[in-house]
Amino acid sequence: MTENSAKDGAYNYAYLDEQTKRMIRRAILKAVAVPGYQVPFGGREMPLPYGWGTGGIQVTAAIIGRDDTLKVIDQGADDTTNAVSIRRFFARVAEVATTTRTEEATVIQTRHRVPETPLSEGQILVFQVPIPEPLRMLEPRETETRTLHALSEYGVMQVSLYESIARHGRISKAYNYPVMVNGRYIMSPSPIPKFDNPKLDRSPALQLYGAGREKRIYAVPPYTPVKSLDFDDHPFEIETWEQCCELCGSKESFLDEMIVDDDGKRLFVCSDSDYCERRRAPAEAAE
Amino acid sequence: MSDLRTLAPGLADPSHDAQQLFRAILDAASHPGRIVSLPSAPAGPGALSSAATAYLLTLADRDTPVWLASDFDRPEVRNFLRFHAGAPIVAARAEASFGVVAAGTPQPFDGFNLGTDAYPDRSATVLIEVPDLQSGPMRHWRGPGIADRTSVGIAGLGDAFWDDWAANHALFPCGVDLVFTAGTELCALPRSIAVEV
Repeated sequence: MTENSAKDGAYNYAYLDEQTKRMIRRAILKAVAVPGYQVPFGGREMPLPYGWGTGGIQVTAAIIGRDDTLKVIDQGADDTTNAVSIRRFFARVAEVATTTRTEEATVIQTRHRVPETPLSEGQILVFQVPIPEPLRMLEPRETETRTLHALSEYGVMQVSLYESIARHGRISKAYNYPVMVNGRYIMSPSPIPKFDNPKLDRSPALQLYGAGREKRIYAVPPYTPVKSLDFDDHPFEIETWEQCCELCGSKESFLDEMIVDDDGKRLFVCSDSDYCERRRAPAEAAE
Repeated sequence: MSDLRTLAPGLADPSHDAQQLFRAILDAASHPGRIVSLPSAPAGPGALSSAATAYLLTLADRDTPVWLASDFDRPEVRNFLRFHAGAPIVAARAEASFGVVAAGTPQPFDGFNLGTDAYPDRSATVLIEVPDLQSGPMRHWRGPGIADRTSVGIAGLGDAFWDDWAANHALFPCGVDLVFTAGTELCALPRSIAVEV
């Protein structure tokens, strides 16, 4: 891949200085020890704005090594601006091999999706998180939300889900759907569609979450129960589509709706570009 | 005073060695009970094992006070940690981010920082130097990072140790995290793990 340009000697390995990496590494270990708890860390200025993955990049920079193979996705796609620039960043400052194939990657940094291809043990999924605090929209004060987590006092979240049912007849939250980690902490799974929530539950891969602006790191170790919040009479459900992917015909994957002309013609395609391409390749080869 | 002629060497290639070691440590922490062999772990000073030395060189620095049990609180160890990691050596367990104790010490993790309900991440990590990680009585571990349960036979630990551990686990989300070290291998026991005696 031409993206793997020579190492840029003007920077320390993986961009961050060693002291910063140690601090982030300690935060990651504490995050793994207390699944779902948001560990504060000394987030650094990164060479891109908040909202473009500064938290995820700092986590990736603290863990990545020359033996790793990195995949970066943005809304499921490997070829979008954010994904391409982060992949090139690490190819340049960390001499790391990059890939678009989910099963070849040892570290996958993601913005707002979990790959369709099941992950395996040993892989690390790094999420970019804009707002790590799941209770923030219900309680703006950090001192209060911290106490609510400390006391495991999550009634306010259940009430908000109940209000959604009372108003809309169902839990209307479609992304950033709150989860309970190992029966103790309510956690924001980052703005992934709720379609992806079941993939977090007892995943064999390690999940690390980095929030750059809010300076929080949290984690879900492999095989940890992650339950999407719901009610007995309104169980958690994922999205379904009547359509299938226009390109690969998948009926199982998360679909993006595209407007393709001025007349409002629509079609649905897989959000996960790697999954979609791989499904198409054998069919095209046979033609 | 530290004498550079007697100071044991630290990591040969600090940036990359620390990264490799950290990934091994992260592998251990996210799969409690898994015995992880550390690549290129340096020989430790004094009685400190290679694995404990590698752990501290990877994660300790001027922000993380270290407490050493009497077996390890020797000039060569103190000088080594001060020189290579810059870590302050403290006399009180409660002030330490990292502790190093030997198996068989009574109440090995009593008195370390347990964190608070609001900030459980501020608890200490205690390295326990054991004879080996396989030959002890098998115990079943359950919790995050373990698919169902796993059997681990850490040597050199009595029943009292596991009673102490049960009390520590009951404090979740507070509590210390343990790392068992022997030779160049280590095995992590985060506070989230329940051990059946």
